[in-house]
Amino acid sequence: MPKHHVTTTINSDPVEFLCSSEQTLLDVLRDVLGLTGSKEGCASGDCGACSVMLDGRLVCACLVLGVEVEGRKVETIEGMAQGDRLHPLQQKFLEHAALQCGVCTPGFLVAAKALLERKPDPTETEVRYWLAGNLCRCTGYDKIVRAVLDAASEMRRN
Amino acid sequence: MNDVTMKGLSERLFKVVGTRPLRPDGVDKVTGRAKFGADIHVPNMLIGKVLRSPHAHARIKSIDTSKARALPGVKAVITSADLADLPSEFIPAGEMMVNYRDMTRNVMAREKALYEGHAVAAVAAVSEAVAAEALKLIAVEYEVLPHVLDVAQAMEPGAPLLHDNMYTIGVEPKPAKPSNVAKRVEFALGDVAAGFAKADVVVEREFTTKPVHQGYIEPHACLASVSEDGQAELWCTTQGHFIVRSFCAKLLGMELAKLRVTASEIGGGFGGKTVVYLEPLALLLSRKSGHPVKMVMSRTEVFRATGPTSGARVWVKIGATRDGRITAAEALLKYEAGAFQGSPVQPGCMCAFAPYDLDNVKVVGFDVVVNRPKVAAYRAPGGPIAEFAVEQVIDELAKRLHLDPVELRLKNAAKEGTKAAYGPKFGPIGMVQTLEAARAHPHYRAPLKANQGRGVASGFWFNIGGETCAALNLGEDGTVTLVAGTPDIGGSRASLAMMAAEELGIAVDKVRPIIGDTSALGYNFLTGGSRVTFSSGMAVIEAARDVIRQLCERAAKIWEVAPDEVIWEDGHARSGKLALSLAEIAETAGKTGGPIVGNAAINAQGAGPSLATHIVDVEVDPETGKVTILRYTAIQDAGKAVHPSYVEGQMQGGAVQGIGWALNEEYIYDKDGRLENPGFLDYRIPVCSDVPMIDTVIVEVPNPRHPYGVRGVGETPIVPPMAAIANAVENATGIRFTALPMSPPRVLEAIDAARASKI
Amino acid sequence: MEYRSPGSVREAVDLLAAHGGGAHVLAGGTDLLVKLRGGYVAPEVVVDVKAIPQLRGIGEDARGFRIGAATSCAEIGEHAALAAAWPGVVEALQLIGSTQIQGRATLGGNLCNASPAADSVPAMIAAGVVCEVAGPAGQREVPVETIVIGPGRTALARGELVVAFRLPKPQDRSGDAYLRLIPRTEMDIAVVGAGVALALDEQGVCTHARVALGAVAPTPLLVANAAAALIGTRVDDVALAALAAAASAACKPIDDKRGTVAYRIKVAGVLARRAAHIALERAQAR
Repeated sequence: MPKHHVTTTINSDPVEFLCSSEQTLLDVLRDVLGLTGSKEGCASGDCGACSVMLDGRLVCACLVLGVEVEGRKVETIEGMAQGDRLHPLQQKFLEHAALQCGVCTPGFLVAAKALLERKPDPTETEVRYWLAGNLCRCTGYDKIVRAVLDAASEMRRN
Repeated sequence: MNDVTMKGLSERLFKVVGTRPLRPDGVDKVTGRAKFGADIHVPNMLIGKVLRSPHAHARIKSIDTSKARALPGVKAVITSADLADLPSEFIPAGEMMVNYRDMTRNVMAREKALYEGHAVAAVAAVSEAVAAEALKLIAVEYEVLPHVLDVAQAMEPGAPLLHDNMYTIGVEPKPAKPSNVAKRVEFALGDVAAGFAKADVVVEREFTTKPVHQGYIEPHACLASVSEDGQAELWCTTQGHFIVRSFCAKLLGMELAKLRVTASEIGGGFGGKTVVYLEPLALLLSRKSGHPVKMVMSRTEVFRATGPTSGARVWVKIGATRDGRITAAEALLKYEAGAFQGSPVQPGCMCAFAPYDLDNVKVVGFDVVVNRPKVAAYRAPGGPIAEFAVEQVIDELAKRLHLDPVELRLKNAAKEGTKAAYGPKFGPIGMVQTLEAARAHPHYRAPLKANQGRGVASGFWFNIGGETCAALNLGEDGTVTLVAGTPDIGGSRASLAMMAAEELGIAVDKVRPIIGDTSALGYNFLTGGSRVTFSSGMAVIEAARDVIRQLCERAAKIWEVAPDEVIWEDGHARSGKLALSLAEIAETAGKTGGPIVGNAAINAQGAGPSLATHIVDVEVDPETGKVTILRYTAIQDAGKAVHPSYVEGQMQGGAVQGIGWALNEEYIYDKDGRLENPGFLDYRIPVCSDVPMIDTVIVEVPNPRHPYGVRGVGETPIVPPMAAIANAVENATGIRFTALPMSPPRVLEAIDAARASKI
Repeated sequence: MEYRSPGSVREAVDLLAAHGGGAHVLAGGTDLLVKLRGGYVAPEVVVDVKAIPQLRGIGEDARGFRIGAATSCAEIGEHAALAAAWPGVVEALQLIGSTQIQGRATLGGNLCNASPAADSVPAMIAAGVVCEVAGPAGQREVPVETIVIGPGRTALARGELVVAFRLPKPQDRSGDAYLRLIPRTEMDIAVVGAGVALALDEQGVCTHARVALGAVAPTPLLVANAAAALIGTRVDDVALAALAAAASAACKPIDDKRGTVAYRIKVAGVLARRAAHIALERAQAR
C-alpha cells in the first residue's frame, strides 16, 4: 500500500509528510516529524498525554489517523510558547510546581489552554472535569488545578 | 491551605533552603523539549519488540524462530538461548542483593513461562510493522501448566509449584519438600503472650489487599547501541542508571566500564523503574544486529509484564489496657512475590508496628511466589499493606476503648529512644508531632453530614541513604555545574541546586544541576527509598565544602596568608577586612592553581524515618456503594523541607495514589490467569475530578544525621491513605472493610448484608 | 488497510457495499483506532465519513432536531437549543469519555459500535430518537432501539450507514434525564446506565414515559414495564419504587470486570428512579 502524502498546518507552519493508513497522528508527530512533546502513555485515549488541538478541538493524537489531518490545523505543545515567551499556563505550572516527572505536562497544558480559550473563568470543579482525561500519577492534581486557576485569573487581568 | 510549622527549629538560618525557586529543568518540561525514554531517534535505528507468553504458567517445549529470521527487514531474533544462565546466589549490586538466576529468567523466560506477559523471544527489525509481523512468525510450543495467583492458595500443599527447587528459607529444619514459600521472616520484642494476658481489650482481624501497579504514565523505553568492540551506549528511562549498568553487564557478561548508561528524563517510576526489562534485550539485539535498537513498551505490556506490588493477606492482633496502653501486638503477613522470590514482606513486617512504642511485638512474614510478574518496588514497598491492617485495628481498638483515635495513637506513639521491634532505637522522629498537628487541625473538628465519615491513620517509612557521588564544577564566571547521579523524578535537581547554593553562599540560579551518565561519576545507588534529597543532598553539601576549602586556599594564596586565616561566609572568602567572592576567585583560578572542582563519594548513613498522619472525610452513597473523597489533609515530618512545594507534591501525590489503591485499583484475572484490565480504562487510577485539593502540613523535626536536618519524604505519604479511608468508611457506615479495593460493588454488598443482618 | 474519505452518502454506501465486513466506518475513531491498535480488527478499507455534509452538523426544523451522525459530541454539547430541549440526551452524550474523546466521538459511532454500555443510547431510546439509515436500497428511518442486536452487532445491512438522528420537538411539561454509575467520576465505561423521558398533563399526571437501561443486558433495553409504572401516576414515591422494581426486573446482566450481576440489577433500579426524579423536575419546570 503506497503511503499518503498529507499537506497540513502544524503550529501555524505548512507541513507535508508521508504516512501509511495505519499510522496515527501521534505516530506521525513523534516518529515522522520529530515533535516528541506529545507523549504516548496508553495509545487508547485514556491518559491524555498526547493531547493536541485539531481545528480548534482538543483531541488525543493517538485516536486520529495521520491521513485525517490533510488540510487541517494541528496545534501541539511545541507551539505553545511564543518565541522565548512562555504561555501564562506554562509559567504558572512552573510557579506552582504543578509537575513532578513532567511526562503528562504537555498534555495537561494543551488541554488547559483549550479550556481557558472557551471558559476564561472556570470553577475548580469545571477545571477538574475538563482535565479528567489527563492522567497524572505524581501530583495528586492539586497543584495542577491551582496553576490553571491562577493562570486563568492572570489571563483575565491582562 | 498548605503551611509549614516549624517544630524543633534547627539553629541554622537558611537563605535558600526552605524557599520555592522555579525548578531548573522546568522550562524543558513545559515546552515539550524534555527528552523522555521514548523520545530519542538515532540514524540506522531498528525497532525491537518482545514476544510474550499468553499463558500464566507453561513449560516452553520449543521455540522456532526460523521463519521470523527469514522475514525481510528482520535483523536479529533472540531467545533465552542467547543469554548465559547464571547461578542462584544473592550478590550485591550497591546495597541491594540480587539473584541473577532469577533476573535472567525474568527478562527472558527459560524453562517455563511463569506469567502471562513473560518475555519468551524478541526481535529487531527495520520498522515496528516488520517487527510485529516477525513476532507472529515465531512458533512457541507450550505445555500449559496449572497456575496460581493468590497467596493463600499458593501456600496450600497441593498448589501448582512455580519452582521445583524452592525450599523455604528461615524455617528449621529445612523443609523436605519444595513449595511456593520462598522465605519466612520474624521480628520479635518482649513476650506477646504475657502482653495479651495483661490486655483488657484485644482486637484481631484479617485483611486482604490486591496487587496494584505503580501506574507511571511513561511506559518503559530504551535505546541501545553496541559497537563491534563491545563498547556500548544505553539510553533508558530508569530510577537508577548505575544499577541498570550493573544488571545489564552481569546478564550479558560485559565489563562495567564498556557500558555507558544515560538516564533519560523519567516519566514516573514509584519503584517500578528500579529493575531491567527491555534494557538487556535491546543491548543483545543491538550486539547481534550491529544496529542501534530502540524498544518501547505498550501500556498493555506495562501492565502485563512489569510492576506491580504484592497482593497480600495480613492478620493483626492488638491488645490494650482500659486506659489505652497497648500491651501486645502481633501480625502475620503473607505477601505475593510474583514469579520470583522477593516480595517486600520484610519491610512490611518491619513497618507494621514501627509507629508505636511497644514492649511486646511479634511479626511473622512469608514471601510467596505466584504466577504474576515479579513484584517491583512500589513506594514504601510493603509498608502500606501492613499499615492498612494495623491502622484499622488501632482504630477499632480506639472505638472499643471509647478513646479518640488520635489520642490512642499519642498514648502509644514511638519517639526518640523507642526501640523498634526490628532492632534499632529511633533518633528524633515526628510521630507525636504529626499526631498533635492532626489534633490541632480544623479539619479534625469540622462537622460531618449524614452518610459521611472521617478517618485517621498514621504511617511510617524507614528511608535509606546509600552510595552516592556528586561533583561541583566551577566555571570561570562563578557559575557552578552540579553533577548528580540520581535520576530526577520529582524535582530533585531543584533541591540539590538549592543545597549547593546554600552551602556556597551564592544565588540558586548560579547553579546548573544535571544528571550525569554512568561515565561522569562514581557509583550511585538508585533514586528510591526516599534517598535523593537526603543522600545526594549530603554529597552535594560535601562537594560544596570541598569547593569552599579550595576557594579559601586560593584566597589565602592571593592574599599571602595562611589558609587557616581564611573563612568562608556569605559566598565570600574573608580574612580580616579582605574579601573575595566565589566569582572573583573562580575568575583567576587558572592562575592560582587550576580548575576548581568539588567532589564527594559517600555512603550516606542516618536517613531517619519519616512519619505521617492523614485525615480524610468520605461520603458513601448507601444505594450505590460509591465512596467520594470530600476532604483530605496530609501531615508529615520532612526533617527540613528543602523546597516545600516539592515536599507538598510528594505528600499530595502519595495521598492520591493511596486513594486509588483504596477505592478502585486492582488486578482482575480471567480463569486462565490472564489479566483482564491491562489498560487505564479498567485499571482505574484516580482522575482529576475524583479528588479534592489535598491539604498539607509539613512538620519539621530535624534529622540530626543530615547537615540541614533533611529526611526523605517521598514514600511515607502512600502508607496511611488506605487505612485512613477504610476508617472513614467505617465511620460513615458502621462497616469495617478488611479487603481492598473498596469499590462500589463491594461496598454496596457489605451495606446490604449489614442491613439484612439487622432485619 | 486502505483509507477512503468519500464526499457523499452514495459514495460511502457503495464502498461499504463493495467491501461488506472488510469495510469499517471511521467517524470519531475513538473505538475503531483502539481496536486497530490492539489488533482486534483488520479492515481492508476504512471509510472516513466525516467529509460527507449530510453527516455533519445540527439542524432544527418543524419536526425537531436533526444531528448528523458524524458530528462530534463536543459540537453537539455546545448547541444551546438542543440542550434545552433534550437535556438528558445531551448530558448522556457528554458523558462519553474525556474532553479529548468528546472532540472526536460521535452519536453514530457510539450507537454503531454496539456496546451494551454506550451512554448516549439509553438516553436516545428514552427520548424516542429515530435514525436516518442510508443504504443501497435508499434511505429509511428506524428507531434507535432497533439498531443494536447484540454486543458489537447491529441490524444494519451490508452497505448501510447511519446518516443522522432525528429528535422530536419536546412536548409541553416533558423532561428527560440520564444517569450512569461508574467507579470513578469520569473516564469509565458505564456499569449501569438509565435514561428516562416523561411528560405530564396539566394536573401533573404522567401521560407518557419511556425508560431505557444500558450495560444490564446484551443490548440497551427499552423497559416498557418501567414506563408503565409511571404512566397515570404523579410520579410519587410509590410510582418511583415500582419503576425501580420494574427496571431491576428487566435486567439480564453478566458478571464482568466492571460489575456483578447483583450489583447491576440493584443499581439499575436506583438509577432509573433517580433519573425519573430529575426528568420529573424538568417536566414540572417546563
